[in-house]
Amino acid sequence: MSVCLGDVRLDNPVIPASGCFGYGYGMSEFYDINILGSISFKGTTREARYGNPLPRVAECSAGMINSVGLQNPGIDAVIAEELPKMRAVFHKPIIANISGFSIDEYVECCEKITGQEQVEIIELNVSCPNVHGGGMSFGTSAESVAEVVRAVKRVVTKPLYVKLTPNVTDIVSIAKAAEEAGADGLCLINTMLGMRINTATRKPVIANVMGGFSGAAVFPVAVRMVHQVSKACSVPVIGCGGVESAGDVIEMMMAGATAVEVGAANLRNPYACKEIIEALPAEMERLKIEKLSDIIGIV
Amino acid sequence: MYKRNIYKVRTNRPLSAKTMLMVLEGDTQYLTAPGQFVNVAVEGKFLRRPISVCDYDAESITLLYDIVGEGTKAMSLLGEGAELDLLTGLGNGFDADVECHRPMLLGGGIGCAPLYNLAKVWLQRGVRPVVILGFNSKADVVMEEEFKGLGAEVYVATVDGSHGTKGFVTDVIRNEHIGGDYFYACGPMPMLRALCSGVECDGELSLDERMACGFGVCMCCSVQTKSGAKRICKEGPVFKKEDLIWK
Repeated sequence: MSVCLGDVRLDNPVIPASGCFGYGYGMSEFYDINILGSISFKGTTREARYGNPLPRVAECSAGMINSVGLQNPGIDAVIAEELPKMRAVFHKPIIANISGFSIDEYVECCEKITGQEQVEIIELNVSCPNVHGGGMSFGTSAESVAEVVRAVKRVVTKPLYVKLTPNVTDIVSIAKAAEEAGADGLCLINTMLGMRINTATRKPVIANVMGGFSGAAVFPVAVRMVHQVSKACSVPVIGCGGVESAGDVIEMMMAGATAVEVGAANLRNPYACKEIIEALPAEMERLKIEKLSDIIGIV
Repeated sequence: MYKRNIYKVRTNRPLSAKTMLMVLEGDTQYLTAPGQFVNVAVEGKFLRRPISVCDYDAESITLLYDIVGEGTKAMSLLGEGAELDLLTGLGNGFDADVECHRPMLLGGGIGCAPLYNLAKVWLQRGVRPVVILGFNSKADVVMEEEFKGLGAEVYVATVDGSHGTKGFVTDVIRNEHIGGDYFYACGPMPMLRALCSGVECDGELSLDERMACGFGVCMCCSVQTKSGAKRICKEGPVFKKEDLIWK
């Protein structure tokens, strides 16, 4: 079941997605999280952030919308407090998910996290609004993605993966821009922009009006984008979006993913990743797959 | 500790037009305090439904819930013997070890639910709590007889005056000169806000908020407190009065 994201070997391709697993240690009350391939920790910014007003969540058919707003304790507290707690219970490679609202912020956070023991991959969340760029998300323009990747690449010593937003007209051009700017890998997709309205109160369900739509409903979009991007780029791709089962993991890998992140499924079923990993061998046997690495991008 | 387990419905019956009482059989070892909650997986719904534990013993959990949407409607249709997937042992629960002589248990609407086991705990310790329940109207009143049956001193207020004191829980405290020296509250936000500004003694309040996971990883239910941002599902749902910030 092992896979290699560049030089980083994972025992299996299953990774809880950022924002759906905290910093890992809280989940170890449910099961031994060392069965996971890796963990992508909660999106971390330079300063501590409280995030958006409540309510931050709305339910949909086969999914949910969230607008948490990157609540996190800030990079220094993550390094001083969260990472030691995470390392105490988790002994596999850690993916550090870093967010920012300016290039300086990304650079500063990545500079601090890159030397941290057990952090094997840095995952850059480029879906945040760029405060110096009129509030438009870094990830919606090839130029700004390239700019932030180039700046961060100068300071990191660990492989840099860029987590792409699907809220764009051409994901391939943005993926290629990230690759050409030096990204060592790509992760997609982040959440899709969505909205729900409470028809009784005639108000949006979420205080921030819109939020990120995730869950099983977005799986076909994620498979399509992973397929397109992995055909156009040569760096490894981590597939993410609506994965709920071992069958979904295999489908995502056939589309071109080397590893697979599981997000919203953890929130309904805290054992989702464990159940997927345990179900993989039987699913591989059923589909006559000898090694998972054999099926990456075969479609 | 929190865990997932499968529970079997023993009873699921209406107490009023909107409030249901459900008794579930199964493992209760992860429930450790009154005021904790469970997160109920409902067939066909993506997110679980967080519901306060009304009462529990060695092999059963009692839940009280209002039918407010499709998820709770689906729950209300479950018959005896049906199986439900629950996460249990969630949240901190009430602190029943505080020093006080006359605890006031203040519930608004469905917020009366987590106070029931708390009343039991106080009575077992030989302290008779004052239970004050507030509802909109007589037709909504639930649990009055059950609290009386425990031996608590029970008052009811209704907004329209159709049963008990006309007005709110705070009106009962004032009119009846209750004189409690600590309070526990669960109910709608306007009620909790009124209690924090209108009741002099210390107390603690159980907050209700839309949640996704219920176990502290998604950050959907955070609240700003005087000691920083807290997750209602994890560090809460019960917070000390002096910790809460009312804007």
